[in-house]
Amino acid sequence: MTVAKAAQTDQCNLKPQGTNVTSHSVNDIEFRSVSKSYGAVTAVSDINLQVPKGAFVALLGPSGCGKTTCLRMIGGFEQPTTGDVLINGKPMNGVQAHQRPVNMVFQQYALFPHFNVEQNVSYGLRQARPKISAPEISRRVAEALEMVRLGGFGKRRIHEMSGGQQQRVALARALVNKPSVLLLDEPLAALDKKLRTAMQIELQTLQRELGITFVLVTHDQEEALSMSDLVCVMNAGRIVQLAAPQEVYDKPRDLFVADFVGKTNRMAATVEADGATLRLADGSALSIGERSALPPGAVTLALRPEAITLHRQNQSISGRLSGVVTHRIFLGSSVEYSVSVNGLGNFLITADRHVLSESSLVEPNERVVLSFNPDAAHIFPA
Amino acid sequence: MRAFISAVYVFLYAPIALVVLFSFNAGRNASEFTGFSTMWYGKALGNTFLVAALQNSLIIALTSATLAAIFGTMAAIGMERLGTRTRAVLDGLFAAAIVVPGVVIGIATLVALVEVFSFLNPLLNAIWPGANPPQLGLGYGSIVAAHGLFSMALVTMIVKARIASLGRDIVEASSDLYATPLTTFRLVVLPQILPSVLAGFLLSFTFSFDDFIIAFFVAGSKTTLPIYVFASIRRGVTPEINAIATLVLVASLMMILIARILMREKKTTN
Repeated sequence: MTVAKAAQTDQCNLKPQGTNVTSHSVNDIEFRSVSKSYGAVTAVSDINLQVPKGAFVALLGPSGCGKTTCLRMIGGFEQPTTGDVLINGKPMNGVQAHQRPVNMVFQQYALFPHFNVEQNVSYGLRQARPKISAPEISRRVAEALEMVRLGGFGKRRIHEMSGGQQQRVALARALVNKPSVLLLDEPLAALDKKLRTAMQIELQTLQRELGITFVLVTHDQEEALSMSDLVCVMNAGRIVQLAAPQEVYDKPRDLFVADFVGKTNRMAATVEADGATLRLADGSALSIGERSALPPGAVTLALRPEAITLHRQNQSISGRLSGVVTHRIFLGSSVEYSVSVNGLGNFLITADRHVLSESSLVEPNERVVLSFNPDAAHIFPA
Repeated sequence: MRAFISAVYVFLYAPIALVVLFSFNAGRNASEFTGFSTMWYGKALGNTFLVAALQNSLIIALTSATLAAIFGTMAAIGMERLGTRTRAVLDGLFAAAIVVPGVVIGIATLVALVEVFSFLNPLLNAIWPGANPPQLGLGYGSIVAAHGLFSMALVTMIVKARIASLGRDIVEASSDLYATPLTTFRLVVLPQILPSVLAGFLLSFTFSFDDFIIAFFVAGSKTTLPIYVFASIRRGVTPEINAIATLVLVASLMMILIARILMREKKTTN
């Protein structure tokens, strides 16, 4: 098995020119009806997933949705109860973690405290069989440290490094092995916001430069949307939606996705018998817009905060919904308003400051009128 | 209240201080200090019976502590992989083994050993090809076994606490970086738990070296240092005994001190 692993690593070395041709149709990672249960508890049920080579995939979901279990099954720390996990087209059933051509960046970094930075980063290379020569190891370690902008830090002890630096060491320790897949388990959760944003950009850049498949586990929807080119939204052990970030945001498959990814206003409504009119809870009617006829019955309307336009009442606009501003959250370039609408509850509205016609902000307790394009509303069965 | 606490400490430590003081007594009488001298240390180390007993004690302590450190560590690592319930039961059994009185362990071990010997010895007689079949009996082996078993529980408790604080992460990280389970143990787990293994070894050594009760039951004809001291006290307390006691005291305290330092959690690990 170790021989196979070495061959794998060699193949990766050639990657920029050769392998894309031969492995064009091969997915780097594939889940075939994978389920995992611990006793009576089912963590993951019937997952089917294909991750193409070189993709940056985010597994996104609330805690306990099974995303970490999926990642650990790729890494080899858990075995599926039923189904197959394939890496590079090969089934991984029974293959131990140390025999898999993937590397992981752990949530708490899991650096070896008794080794210095260099020894941590070289750990994987030192395990390779046939052995890699010492000069070659130190060359690659230096290269990896340079890549994460830690050149010259090789002799430092781990506990002398800051959280962000430890994060980079963990990254270098994984990437130095040139794995075909890099697994990231909430790698940025322990960093402060500014550092997190910087690392997000850095990770994205690295991924594009190296062409390695990244699988990121996160519960932070902003992180998933901004970094990945494929978002896999999970809930209760199942994949709810697998699509590009923009599609997940603009066309959420169900109410869960609409709620979990981005902010959403929800309204209960009923589709009238004509299939083209919506009756809102306050009794007002609304045209469904340009979409095809819907089956009559109870539905839930989901509206993004930025899809609603806020008007001052003294403007001559025949608005649909009128309400009172209850809260205002100033965010710098934009402003968030919470508006209480009679009979329909609270609405969250994001207003871009530059688009607002007036220079002055709307004050709390001011009466306002809301309008929105019916096409921007998502309609889900209630 | 303060006076009471002071009295407790005086009662605890005054006799020990007296033993140390009288070991430097120039006179022969153990109740009257006549001047400073180290002559009793010289006398003690010139006593062949005593040196033989000391040698026995060192061999037994070293052997039992080594065995306890190895098997105790193995037990601690093995227990990590057990289910929660099985582990809780084993934990309880290990803790119980430590609090069982020495007398009980002594008698139990003696009875068990004698039973086993009386079963095995005729068997050995029957199958031994040579003329003089070996006979199992009490001695080094039985003391090492009794001490080793007891100390193993001690080592297991200490090493287990360290493994628990180690976390699963770095073991998984090691296997993620292509290390086989054996390599992971050698390069990651062992360096991390080594201080606690050494601490367990030192405590085991101290326990075995100082133990009288268990050794007395299973020693057979062998004499350990505590047994020698006990036997010679019946001929009267001499400053020579005080000198031995002081040496044992200093050695034990040093071992325990080192063990404490080794067991102290490093604050820099995270």
